[in-house]
Formats: sequence, C-alpha cells, structure tokens
Amino acid sequence: MASAPLTILDAPPAKKGGKRASVAEALGLSNGDLRRMHETMVRIRALDERGLMSQRQGRIGFYVPSSGEEGHQVGAAFALRPEDWCFPSYRVPGVALHRGAPVPRMVANLFGNAEDFAHGRQMPCHYTFREQNFLSISSPLGTQIPQAVGAARAMQIRGEKRVAVAWFGDGTTSEGDFHVGMNFAGVWKAPCVFLCQNNQWAISVPLRQQTRSETIAVKAVAYGFEGVRVDGNDVLAVYQVVRDAVAKAREGGGPTLVEAVTYRMGPHSSSDDPTRYRPGAELDEWRKRDPIERFRRFLLAGGHADEAWLARVEEEAKREVSEAFKEQETKGPPPLGSLFDDVFATPTPALERQRDYLLRAEGGKFRKDESGAAFPL
Amino acid sequence: MAVMTVLQAVNDALHHAMGADDSVVVLGEDIAELGGVFRATDGLLKKYGPERVMNTPLAESGIIGTAIGMALYGMKPVPEIQFLDFIYPAFDQIVSEAAKMRYRSGGQFTCPMTIRTPYGGGIRGGHYHSQSSESYFIHTPGLKVVVPSTPADTKGLLLTSIHDPDPVLFLEPKAIYRSVKGEVPEGDHRVPFGVAATARAGDDAVVLCWGAMVHTALKAAALAAEQGWSVQVLDLRTLVPLDEEAVLEAARRTGRVVILHEAPRTNGFGGELAAVVAERAFEHLRAPILRVTGFDTPFPYALEHIYMPDARRTFQAIERVMTF
Repeated sequence: MASAPLTILDAPPAKKGGKRASVAEALGLSNGDLRRMHETMVRIRALDERGLMSQRQGRIGFYVPSSGEEGHQVGAAFALRPEDWCFPSYRVPGVALHRGAPVPRMVANLFGNAEDFAHGRQMPCHYTFREQNFLSISSPLGTQIPQAVGAARAMQIRGEKRVAVAWFGDGTTSEGDFHVGMNFAGVWKAPCVFLCQNNQWAISVPLRQQTRSETIAVKAVAYGFEGVRVDGNDVLAVYQVVRDAVAKAREGGGPTLVEAVTYRMGPHSSSDDPTRYRPGAELDEWRKRDPIERFRRFLLAGGHADEAWLARVEEEAKREVSEAFKEQETKGPPPLGSLFDDVFATPTPALERQRDYLLRAEGGKFRKDESGAAFPL
Repeated sequence: MAVMTVLQAVNDALHHAMGADDSVVVLGEDIAELGGVFRATDGLLKKYGPERVMNTPLAESGIIGTAIGMALYGMKPVPEIQFLDFIYPAFDQIVSEAAKMRYRSGGQFTCPMTIRTPYGGGIRGGHYHSQSSESYFIHTPGLKVVVPSTPADTKGLLLTSIHDPDPVLFLEPKAIYRSVKGEVPEGDHRVPFGVAATARAGDDAVVLCWGAMVHTALKAAALAAEQGWSVQVLDLRTLVPLDEEAVLEAARRTGRVVILHEAPRTNGFGGELAAVVAERAFEHLRAPILRVTGFDTPFPYALEHIYMPDARRTFQAIERVMTF
C-alpha cells in the first residue's frame, strides 16, 4: 500500500500543552516565518487572479495559473538557502517570489515588454531570475532535471555545500529526462532534491494514465535513493520534508525524490478548459483542502495572526499586483534590434546583416501586430 | 613543433585545457579508464582524477543535460558523445536548452560547453557510426558548429571552442583521426572562429569544403592541375559562424564554385552555401554552382566507398564548371 503523505496542518494537536503553536516551534519556525509563508502564498494567488483576468481581457496573451499549489511552492522555497539553485517548472512562480523576485519584473514577463528580463522572447510565465538562482523556464518538460543534477555535480566537485532543486509535474515523470536525471543523481550521489508537484493532471491526462506505479515517490527506489510523499497542500509538511531532504543533500547524503500530493485547481493554462475532462466534484473536494485556507485556519487557531492582519495581507498583495500591472502595461516593447542579441555573446556577421536588414525594412520602428495572432492559433 | 595525428591533437588540446583551467571537466561514455573508444581522452583520468574526468551512465540526454547544468553553474564542460550518430537522444537538450539558454534568459544564464563527437564516414561504420548530420545543428540558432581538417586546426579550434562563451558542437572527422598528420604548435594554440583557410590556392575555380572532405578536395584539385586548371580549396573550418566573406571573395574571383560535403544532398549545408553565393556573387558566376555530396539515402555499409564523395566525382564537377 502507498504510504500516506505526511500532513502536519490537520494533525491532531500535540498532547503536551495541546497547542498548535508547538508544531511551528518544533519546526523551528518563528511567528514571522509563518506570516511570511502566508504572505507569499497570498501574493501568488493575487498574481494568478490578476494574470488570468488580464488574459481574458486580452491585455496579456497567455497565463499559467498555480492556484491550489501555493503550499508546496512556499514550503519548499522556505527550506532553501539563497545560494542554492532552483530549476523550476512553469508552475512554481512562488519559489521565485519567495526568493525575492520583484513582482513588477514578473508582470513585465507577462507583457513581454522592454522591462522583461527575457526581453519579451518567451511566452508569459516563463520567468528568469539570475539574482535568485532561479533558472530560465523552458516549455519542454523535464529538461531541467538532468541540468539540476549537473549543477549539483558541479557543486559537489567544487566542494560547496549547496543544493540544486528541480521542480516538475506528475506528467513529466513519464519523460526520459526524469529517469535519466534520477539515475545520474543516484550514481553521483548528487546534492539535489527532485520535487514532483503531483497535481493529478497533465493538461487533460490523469495520473492513472501516466504510470502503473502506486506512487511517484516509489520510483526513487529504482535509482537507489529515498522517495517521500508529502501533503502538497500543507505548507508546513512540505517545509519539513524538503528541509530534511535539503539538509541530507547538503551533508553529502545524496538526492531525494519528494512527491508533493496536490491539485491543480485551475486550468493547465489560459488556453485550457478543464470542464471538458474532469469532474467538478473532484475540484470541490480539493477546494476544501485549499492550501491558503488551511494555513489561514492554522494561523488563526494557533494565535499566529488575527483576522485584521490576514485581511491586510490580502489587500496588500492585490495592491502590489495591481500596481505592477498598471505600471508594466505602459512600458514599451523590447527594441527591434534586440531580436538579434543573446543568440551568441557576440552576434555573428550573418546576424548583424540580418539586423541591419530588419531595421531598414521596418524603418527602425516598432510596428503593432495586426495579424490577430492568439495562442492557441 | 611536434608532429601529431588529428586524434593526438584532440588529446593534446584537452590536456592543455584541463591543465590551464580547473573549471574544464570532461564527461561521457567510456572516457575515463579506457580513454574513449578512439582514445581521445587517453591519460586524462590519471592526470586530473575522477572528479574532472567522469564516466557517465549510458544516456546521451543525461551527458548533455548534466553538462548544461555544470555550464550554467560556471564550469566549462567538454562532454563527449561516442559517435555523432548517437547524439539524437540529447537533441532536445542541445536544441531546446543549450542553444536557447542565453537568448531565453536575456543573457542571464549561459551554456559555455563543447560537445565533442566523432563525425563522418570512411571507417566502415554503417548507418550508425558514419553520419554527417551537421545540418540539424547548423539550423539551430545559438549553436556554433566547428569541423577541423588538420591536426593544428584541431587543437586550435578545440581550445577556442572550450573558451568560447557559447555552446559549440565540435565535429571530429574520424576518417582522418589517424591518417592525417601534421605539425601542431605547443601551448595555448588557438584558431579563431569564422575564418576559413585556403588549403590550396587557385584562380580558376573554388571547392568549398570542411573536415575530411578537404583532403578529398585536395586530391581533386591535384587532378585538375594536371589539366592545367588552378583550383582553390577553401576549408571553411567553422560552419557557424561562417566566413561568408572568404566564400564570396573566392566565388567572385574564380566565378566557378563547387561545394563538397559528405552529408546527404537535400538540405545539406551545400544548399545554404549555394544560396549565399547566388544572392551575393551572382554577377561573377561563369558556371552553375555544383554540389558533390552524399546521397539522400541512409549511410550504407557495403557500398560506403561508392556513397562517399571522392576525388573522382569532385574532379568531374570541377571539369563541368571549367568546361561550361
């Protein structure tokens, strides 16, 4: 039988003292830590709501929501140090947020404007944050897994006590790069953590159509290291599990596969319609386990925060996101010539000729797209 | 200067790069104790140890994927793919990741790495030890593609590749690994990218080529000389970046262009070279641009010598442009 995922939030209160507060204390988390966890989760949700709405209004072209998955994002991010490296999937914006990525720069990416670190070269939600050691996100699935192992191997070679973490969904565990990465990590005993955000659905394909394995975590056994299941909607449980996995990796104990059992409450992306393939009742069930609501109740019950503070956090998150959208919507597109930058460190003569041609052909000016192109076409 | 084979020049460059810079690491299948199936990495394990000379599990996407991670982290990995024919499991990592990292991150993350791999036919290797599939990679923005034809260039271009800030596919023409010898400068010898070399001077026609085919072209040019035709052999050395100016200068001066490559004809790099010449040197041409190439078939075993472009077929093309 599959081991039940570790849960902390809804566990019965500890007998001794009987207070929920002891849970946080046992984890070494201060009131400030708990509040920051909540703030980041609320900020992710605020970005999601505004992002999806803006896509519906035609202000941005695309959006990838992560609603319902804030718990594992923040729990894991909290367990890392700034010098650790993150190899994200496209559904963990909270990891970047927690590590200090500025919201205006995230929103700049949604608009693909001149302020976007990626210079408008990628679709929305494909963030890149060098200062946060948060790798540029790719759409092909699982490619970041062997890369995380390579970075971890480099850390190991240099004798640095750092950890690389790779995030990916349940669908990605069917990709070759997942198995290849896990195998290399096991052989090298690389300091990395594999964080599978098992949100039950890969666009429209349910987990039972991805694997015959009883769990995702069990797959680690084949590669010679531990797999752990955790309640992905429980920020504290994820924090505990990832903290332990990271500590083990940092001390030379090798990799861990963490399966965060969660649920994608929204569509795969703004282009998706989940009512075509999944029952509403399932969503209703998972809504009861909304990671933000659960943590809210925990904070209130433990006296870590009051209603007024919680309301203020929500208001502040909405204001922050709203201001970023208003500001970023006014920014211009990336300069035309930038199309040819960063293909190489120094453009080849062929690229320089193409740049000259384009600037001549376009009169050096940005021309508004009147094709009506929209994703998916 | 020491006289070396192409293979020894590869080995010499790797020894030099690893000795000069701790961040250079090599990884791949059978590259440690064995020194690689061709012995290109011979002696590296003994000198630099298992932390920097790594046998990997047998998975090309893992070799390249982990090398990308090392490069992102600041190392200079030199992964080896045992044969170019086996690179396809790593295609996604090369094309979607290494080649696009700098661009998609706005220059925040980069992948300086040199993928070394034996390339081309002429060793009775059948479908899967003989391919010349450079076009897939040339067609990918963000990758540099390098093919040496001499021992000196092998060392010089490999050292330039390892120190280049971008990912480089370094194709080693295995047919001439041991058969071509030459003097190789000692120390930090570097040959710049994007500069073609004239392997033989000539004014009546030019053969554009690279890798092992340079030696085929030289034989054909010698046959042409017997007819009184002076044929230039232009060794492109790096396909990305391409020395277009050298190609155009030769085309304009001679007015007759023959392109020679092992790869299949359709969509081979020869098509691109012909287009460059047609677009920018059309008024100088005195004959059609001709291609001598492999055929649009999988690479054969028993008929390999028939399939491979040779001096005779190259000479015939020269003859055609000279008598047009």
